[in-house]
Amino acid sequence: MSASLLSAQNLTCIREDRILFDDLSFDIYPGDIVQIEGPNGAGKTSLLRILAGLSQPYEGSVRYQESSIKTDSEAYHQALLYLGHTPGVKGELSAEENLNFNLSLHNLSNDYAQASLDKVNLLGFEDSLASHLSAGQHRRIALARLYAALNAKQNNDSNGANANAIWILDEPFTAIDKQGVADLEQLFIAHTNQGGCVILTTHQDLSICADKVKKITLEYQF
Amino acid sequence: MTTSANLSYSKLFNLVLKRDLTIALRHKDDIINPLLFFVIIITLFPLGIGPEANTLARIAPGIIWVAALLSTLLSLDRLFKSDYQDGSLEQLLLSPYPVFVWVLAKVFAHWLITGLPLILIAPLLAALLYLPEQSFVALMLTLLIGTPVLSLIGAIGVALTVGIKKGGVLLSLLVLPLYIPVLIFATSAIDTAGLSLPYSGQLAIIAALFFTSLTLAPLAIGAALKVSTN
Repeated sequence: MSASLLSAQNLTCIREDRILFDDLSFDIYPGDIVQIEGPNGAGKTSLLRILAGLSQPYEGSVRYQESSIKTDSEAYHQALLYLGHTPGVKGELSAEENLNFNLSLHNLSNDYAQASLDKVNLLGFEDSLASHLSAGQHRRIALARLYAALNAKQNNDSNGANANAIWILDEPFTAIDKQGVADLEQLFIAHTNQGGCVILTTHQDLSICADKVKKITLEYQF
Repeated sequence: MTTSANLSYSKLFNLVLKRDLTIALRHKDDIINPLLFFVIIITLFPLGIGPEANTLARIAPGIIWVAALLSTLLSLDRLFKSDYQDGSLEQLLLSPYPVFVWVLAKVFAHWLITGLPLILIAPLLAALLYLPEQSFVALMLTLLIGTPVLSLIGAIGVALTVGIKKGGVLLSLLVLPLYIPVLIFATSAIDTAGLSLPYSGQLAIIAALFFTSLTLAPLAIGAALKVSTN
């Protein structure tokens, strides 16, 4: 078995004096699609934020390729592509400007912007200000980065073997239509076939890549 | 394993600066609001205390500086708040680049949007308040070196309070005391210049404050942002 990309070790998270999860350990390997399940308030978003390094766990650590993400954060951030439940899209910028900024910030060439906007059905809207677009279209601007990352990988244009390999997606299907969800699932399969991994939370059942999905279920604890 | 980042630090700086300026230019409130506030406060004083040239000239440095301080405070909230709310801040924090660089770019953009217009309009308002001629250069110099300090120190306060729903009062309490040294030395420099005496001492202290905050504030801002998004 190949070495794990990301490993969570004995994670404990406490919010508002409530233990969300306790002594949680798991490994994520290249090619994995991991769905984190659980009722509202079970700690799915908290877990993703800890995995991304945005929050600190109460106890335990997250390791990327055997080194802690805290000490080796630059290499980890190269490998990480995190989309939170807010899409990170500026209303004052156009769809293309938003995407270009996000691509540049994460070392992806702006050459992929047009093709990626096409993939998320925003071609024709690239010059519209994001504030004039719908919530679903905002989400699509953020998701366009996934297509650009995969494109860069396929063209061997990405920075390092693991660049943008770890996708951590918090509710990526929010406000996305049925066809969009199916397209995204295809994208996940293509990405994992390239040796990447996807960690996501969603309340929907993944249909297309169902047999590949590993599940981590968080219980609501009192 | 070492992977090198694609963008040089100066390119990253320019990228963030350009983005923030574009946003501000399309959202003109950010530029007009603090400037209008600055002008209105200053023009209210002659109405309140009468148009005597001597009285106004005596209090002019204080009025201009207090107004600059308050209008900076008014504009600080926008610095990280909208980025925090729409998730852009997380993306910036998760980029493979040092926080120092893009934080500095954001603060510089904030100063260009709020500090620079104040400096440009200040001579006009100073003339309104009968500020002695020999004080004008001192006024411009103190504003030029002093307002970046206000932006840098203010940004620490905003970064600390960005996660709090109603952080406005806390922000004022945190930041205003730290503005006092700038206020004291700037007004003192302008007063001294009015007496035709050398004021390079006061200016040097403001410059020291500027360089200290330029080197240390971005580190504090970065740490505070990480705490706020935790």
